[in-house]
Order: sequence, then structure tokens, then C-alpha cells
Amino acid sequence: MKAVEFQQINETLYTETLPNGLTVYLLPKNGFKKTFATFTTKYGSIDRTFQPLNSAETITVPDGIAHFLEHKMFEDEEGDVFHTFSKQGASANAFTSFTNTAYLFSSTTNVSENVQTLLDFVQKPYFTDETVEKEKGIIGQEINMYDDNPDWRNFFGLLNGMYENHPVAVDIAGTVESINEISKDDLYTCYETFYHPSNMVLFIVGAVDPDSLIEEIRTNQQEKTFPPAPAIQRQEDFAEPEKVKQRSVEISMPVQTPKCLIGVKEASPVLSGKALLQYELAVELILEIAFGESSPRYQELFEEGLIDDSFEFDVEYERGFAFSVFGGESPRPYELAERLKQIALAVRPEITQSELNRMKKKKIGEFLKSLNSPEFIATQFTRYRFNDAELFDVIPILEDLNLEDVQRVYDEHFRSEEQMTACIVINKEEENGG
Amino acid sequence: METMPIKTDHVGRMNIHVFPTRTYKTNTIVLQLASPLKEEDASKRSVLANVLKTSTKDYPTRQALQERLEDLYGMSLSADVYKKGEWHIISIRAEIANEKYLRDTEPLTETAVQLLASLLLQPNADESGFDEAVTADEKRALKQKLASIYDDKMRYANKRLIEEMCGGEPFSVHAYGNETAIDNIDPASLYSCYREMLQNDQFDLYILGDVAEEECMRWVDHYFKDSDLLQGGHVKPPRPQLVSSRNKPQEITEQQEVQQGKLHLGYRTGIVYGDSDYFALQVFNGLFGGFPHSKLFMNVREKASLAYYAASRLETHKGLLIVMAGIAFEDENEAKSIIHAQLDAMRAGDFTEDDIAQTKAMLKNQLLEMTDSPRGRIELEYYNALSQTDLTITEWLSAIDAVSFDEIKQIGEKIQLDTVYFLRGKDGSAHESS
Repeated sequence: MKAVEFQQINETLYTETLPNGLTVYLLPKNGFKKTFATFTTKYGSIDRTFQPLNSAETITVPDGIAHFLEHKMFEDEEGDVFHTFSKQGASANAFTSFTNTAYLFSSTTNVSENVQTLLDFVQKPYFTDETVEKEKGIIGQEINMYDDNPDWRNFFGLLNGMYENHPVAVDIAGTVESINEISKDDLYTCYETFYHPSNMVLFIVGAVDPDSLIEEIRTNQQEKTFPPAPAIQRQEDFAEPEKVKQRSVEISMPVQTPKCLIGVKEASPVLSGKALLQYELAVELILEIAFGESSPRYQELFEEGLIDDSFEFDVEYERGFAFSVFGGESPRPYELAERLKQIALAVRPEITQSELNRMKKKKIGEFLKSLNSPEFIATQFTRYRFNDAELFDVIPILEDLNLEDVQRVYDEHFRSEEQMTACIVINKEEENGG
Repeated sequence: METMPIKTDHVGRMNIHVFPTRTYKTNTIVLQLASPLKEEDASKRSVLANVLKTSTKDYPTRQALQERLEDLYGMSLSADVYKKGEWHIISIRAEIANEKYLRDTEPLTETAVQLLASLLLQPNADESGFDEAVTADEKRALKQKLASIYDDKMRYANKRLIEEMCGGEPFSVHAYGNETAIDNIDPASLYSCYREMLQNDQFDLYILGDVAEEECMRWVDHYFKDSDLLQGGHVKPPRPQLVSSRNKPQEITEQQEVQQGKLHLGYRTGIVYGDSDYFALQVFNGLFGGFPHSKLFMNVREKASLAYYAASRLETHKGLLIVMAGIAFEDENEAKSIIHAQLDAMRAGDFTEDDIAQTKAMLKNQLLEMTDSPRGRIELEYYNALSQTDLTITEWLSAIDAVSFDEIKQIGEKIQLDTVYFLRGKDGSAHESS
């Protein structure tokens, strides 16, 4: 087991790659009572088209299957895994993103038992026709719940406007129709292809003793056998055009307050490793300068009643796609959309050394704040790990980013209106009917 | 079980709570101002909180104050209102990096305390009131925030349930008040609300982080001196109405254009935080609907596949138990009868010692996990301040352990259904999931 010390933030990270390919990270946090663990596979909603393990044929599986599989993993022959965790005083959960599926628990007691349970249930699939059918009702209600959520609809409407072919535009949970096509055999196919230990990362943070814990993990993994795993062949190239598919999207829903989001599509999202992290942080700094609460632009928009406290911005850079997004609730969403686009395209001269320095300080302080959260550390570390980047490089990278770096990223990312989609959620019936 | 030591001092109406700890990379300061919940005050206090956080005498605009916060390594500063039982609470929170982790070592925590004190005591106002434009901006922003609850159907259904269930009781007032009350605010009435707050509220200051008690007391003496807060005695806690004013439960149905029905059931427990059977109620709720192993989750979701979520939660300072489930419209009656059957089973003592042990393990875990976050730790301590009790974490844990089978069963006798609220789709436009 290797120990890496990060002096400035006073953390030591322990890591080991086991013979079966599983990479384990352990981060002890002094003073914490809680242990938080994530067991994550590099497999998410965008991985629809791939070659199944030991097959030369490429298949496409129904939308929403990664998320469906996540639900079904919690059931085994003896029953519900939630029960096992709660008997051991742990709360368990899972989530599926575009690129990952993570299983997690947090607990303040029985850490060894809970780690064993986590490894064992994720490494033991058990699906029957009957339980697969039963899950369709539950996930159908989950989909209905998101259908009523204007923020969720706005976000996916935006992705649909930006992407022509890339599956990031497909809802993570799929549709009621697509999940109805899912069979037990489909689930086994996806499981066998993507849940090999060599495609997974185990991250445990909190009240842990690394030496004894790694020994327990080694033993647990030695007792199991896995077939040899050839490199996974999944579709990576979706022939996605550089520009957005649609410049504007409108969704009619019975909302009281309309919503407006602008997405900026990265034309060529090919970065990984440190370069990805540098790029992501540079875009964050630009968004802070353009739209942060200290900017005269925020002040103006707020005074004109175009934005309120719900205004937000963010950037996401993943394998094969990247975008930034900004917006919020607004009584005049079309006007806001135009203003936001104008600001984004005109803000370059405002990116000065003094603005940059202040925003770098802000980002460094906020990163320290996030390090109080075991959940943040485990999920973000894993996300960056799958992109060959290191979470704990954030502060040094921020410190080293200079004005030219940030301006270069600006020129690359905020090219023209052809990279931008505006998505508006509004109650059309009310608009028309008065 | 080791828990963080707390030092509490009182000066007039101000309680000062200091938690020295080196667990975090930031220091947290929270000011809580509590007043009995009143319809005529809630909106004013909400706007006031937002106006106060915008500026101070020294930093008279949003831009100036935000720039200062960014320079302080992204010190976060937020002000919000919420209700706990029949208290209306203005919560002003700050979090700031511990300078130990930074390249320059300007002392940040004292600066943060000073800034927080000036936010409260040196606002950007004169005797005629707050700035007219700022007041108008924040009135508009609050109205938008209130309106946006309508667009989040789970929150909306919960708000409607409480309005119907507790009509005529102070608890039916939303923390933001209502639209008419917001409209009636002007800079002068806002300023008198500010004066009343300083003269009458119960005031609790929490400082958590790498600090010593003596320095905190020195800062308080220095930055809060001469303020009204140091005068006067304790505020008498409001005593909420605990029993229903109805002879039999009422049923409310509302129609909107939604995909999923929201079924919310409100029960009276008659038990509030600080009561002798409060912990038995916690275990009862855990068994009934608090966790994934609970009766509601197992029966409404896992067995009948009717819902993605089906859970119960407590309003701990008002003595309410709320059940909520997201279901298809046509499943309303089936869902209701399953929920009623689960409560009957609880009353009949249809749970085992194993179930109890599992639930207690989960409750204790939840509590201990809460103590790992600065915000959670402070919130727990604040429960005591509001009910003028003095329970330590250790006492809390042993009180949960001490709850017996019979005590849980007896809780079932006290619980009474008050109101059933169902939000369903409009006839004709209903989307029926198959």
C-alpha cells in the first residue's frame, strides 16, 4: 500500500491496486466519527453501445439500463441489502450519473462489516424475471417524479438542444417505455461487461485505520474469482458536431415562475488528466468573474428583476462531452437568455489580473470547505480518477493558473452563439390564454 | 462516546456557545435569532434577513461586500429564515477558511466575527429606514421564492397540508409569510421590525472550529458591545397547540397538471422535543417510515411497487408526524389503505426486538453523523436552546437505547390522523402509467 502525503491540506491518502485490478483508496480523517465509502464503476447512462464481455458483436441496450441495474443490485437471494446495512447501523444508497454508477454507505459503527457488505453485494448480481418486472413500477414513479420537476426538465431540455447524437442528452433513468424493454438477461450482460474489479474504484474516507482495513479488503477480494477482463470496448465517438443542435428550446409546463438556462457546448471535449482539471477550473473562474455576486453584471440583472437568489452556474467536463451552464428563475426568461449570452460573449476584457486573483482566493477557500465533507471527497475524487485527474491537485492548479491560461480557455470555450443553447421552461397555456 | 466539548456563556439575551475543534479546515460562526412565529411578522423578518446580508455601513453595496468576502478566501455568508415548532428563526451563517491551510496567514476568524456582527449591528440604514431600492429588490426576490414553492410539488404538497391541518394555529404560517404581507412592507416598517428583533429576540451565537473560548468571549465583548442584545432576560418559548381541533380527519384533494400524485398525511403525536416519550416517538417513526427497512418503504414501495418514495418524518417541535408518497393517481385508495394498515400494525405491536435494535442503530448513526458536520452539530445544540433543555449527545444516545417495546407500542395510541391531502392530475389530462 502506497501513502501519498498532501502537506498543504494535511491529508494522507493510501492507495493500492489489487491483483484483480480493483483500485482502493483510503483517506483517514481525524476527529470524524463517520466513515463514508463509495464503490464505483466507470459505467453510466452514456454507455449504451458496447461489445459485451467475450463477444465480438456490438449491441445497443435500452435507455435507462445503468440506473435500472443500480436499483436491482440491492436485491439478493436472501432479500434486501438495505436491511443488512441497517442492522449494522449504516445507511446505504446509490446513484447513477452520465459516466459512473456508485454504491455507497455511511456509518459510525461496524465499518469492517459494512465494507464487506458493500463489496459483497455489488459483486454478486441476482436478478429474476419477477423482481425485474416489479422494479418497473417503482422506477416508473421515479420517472414521473422527475417529469414534474421543472429544473430537471430544464436541464435535460438544454442537453437535448445542445447534443445531436451524444447519449448525454438521454435522461439517465430512461423513459417508461424504454425501461419496459429491459430484461433480466440485459442486466446480466451489462453487469458482466462493466462491473469487473478492474473497471471499479473503492474509496473509503473517515474514521478508518488504513493498515487493518486494506488487509480486510485484500482478503475479501482474494476469496472471489473473476474472469480475465479484456479492455472494455464501448462507443466513444458519436460523431457529435462541434456546434449546438438547436439555439433555443422551449418547454411548456404549468410553472408559476419561468426558468431559463444557457448551456455552452465545448466544441472539442478531448481533454483528460491534469489538463481537464485546469480547463474545468479556468471555466469556473471565468463564470465567477462574469456572473458572480460581486460582478456589476449580477448586480444589474438583480436590480432589473431578471434574476433572483436561484441564479447559478456550473461546468462539467467528462469523457466525450463538456459544457458550462448558467441561469435560474426569471419572470422574463427570454430577455434574460439574451442578456446572459451577450455577457458571456463580451466578458473577456473583464478577465483581469486583479479579478482573477480574487476569484482564485475564493475558489481555494471554497475547496478547503468542501474538504470537510467525506461525501464530496469520495465522489469527486472518483469522478476525477476516472478521467485520470487528481482531486488533491485543485489548490496547486488554481495557484498556478495565470491570466493567459484563463484567457486561452475563454477563447476556446466561449467561441460564439453557435455553441450556445437557451432552454426556457414556461407555462404556455397561461401565456396564450391570459 | 467522545463528543466535542462545548462551552456556553450567557450575556443578557445572548447565549454564546463555543466548540473548540481541529477536525475541520474551516471555522463556522452561526447567529440564530428566534421569535414566536406570527403571521404579521414572518414576511418582514424574511425580507429583513435578506436585506441585512446584502450590505453593511462599511461595505454599502452588494458588490463591495461580496468583493470583501472573496478576498477573505471566499468566506461564505448567508442569511435565511425557517421555523422550528412555533419559533420563527433568522439564521445568519458564516464559514471561513482556517488560515493554517493558506499561504498567507492573515487571521481570518476574528475578521469573520467582526463582519458578522457589523452585518447585524451596523446595517446600511438610517433612522428613516433601509434603502428604498434594496428593500424593493428583496421584496421582489422573496415573492419569487415563495412562488417557486408551487413548482416543487413535494414542497407544495407539504405546505398545503400544513396550511389545512394547522389552520388558525401559528404553525400554519409559512416561514416566508405570504404575498400580501410582503407587498405591505416599506423601508420604515422594515426598520421597526429590525429594532424589535434586536430588542426582543432570543439570540444564540455559535463559534465552531480552531478557536479558544477566551478569544471568542473577547471578540463578543468587543464587537457586540453596547448592543441591545446584551440586555434583558430570556424569551419565553411559545407553547404550540398539540391536539387537533377536529373530531374526525379531514380529506383535501387538489387538482393540477401533474404526472405524479402526491399523497401527504398529517398526524398529531402530542409529543415534542424535551418530552419524556420523545425518544420512543423517534423509534416509532423509524420503524413506521423513517428508514428503508421501515414498514412504509417495505410495503408501499417494495411489496406493492406503488411508489419510488414512501416515508414519514417528524416535526419535532410541533408534535406532528407527516407521511408522504409519490404515486399514480389511480393508486390513491390502495396506497392509503396500505399506509393505514401499517399504522395499525404499529399499534398492534407487530414489530420484533430485532426491528427495534435495527432502528435504534440507524437513529444513533444518524445522530452521530450529524455531529460530524459543523452545521449539524450546531443545529443539534440549538434544539436545546429552543426548548430550554440541556441534553448532551451521550444522553441522547442512551435515551434511544433505553426505549422499550411497550413504550413504542404506546406511542401508537397517541398518534391521531388529522388531515389527508392528495394532489392529483386534472381530469382528462391525466397521464396514467401502465
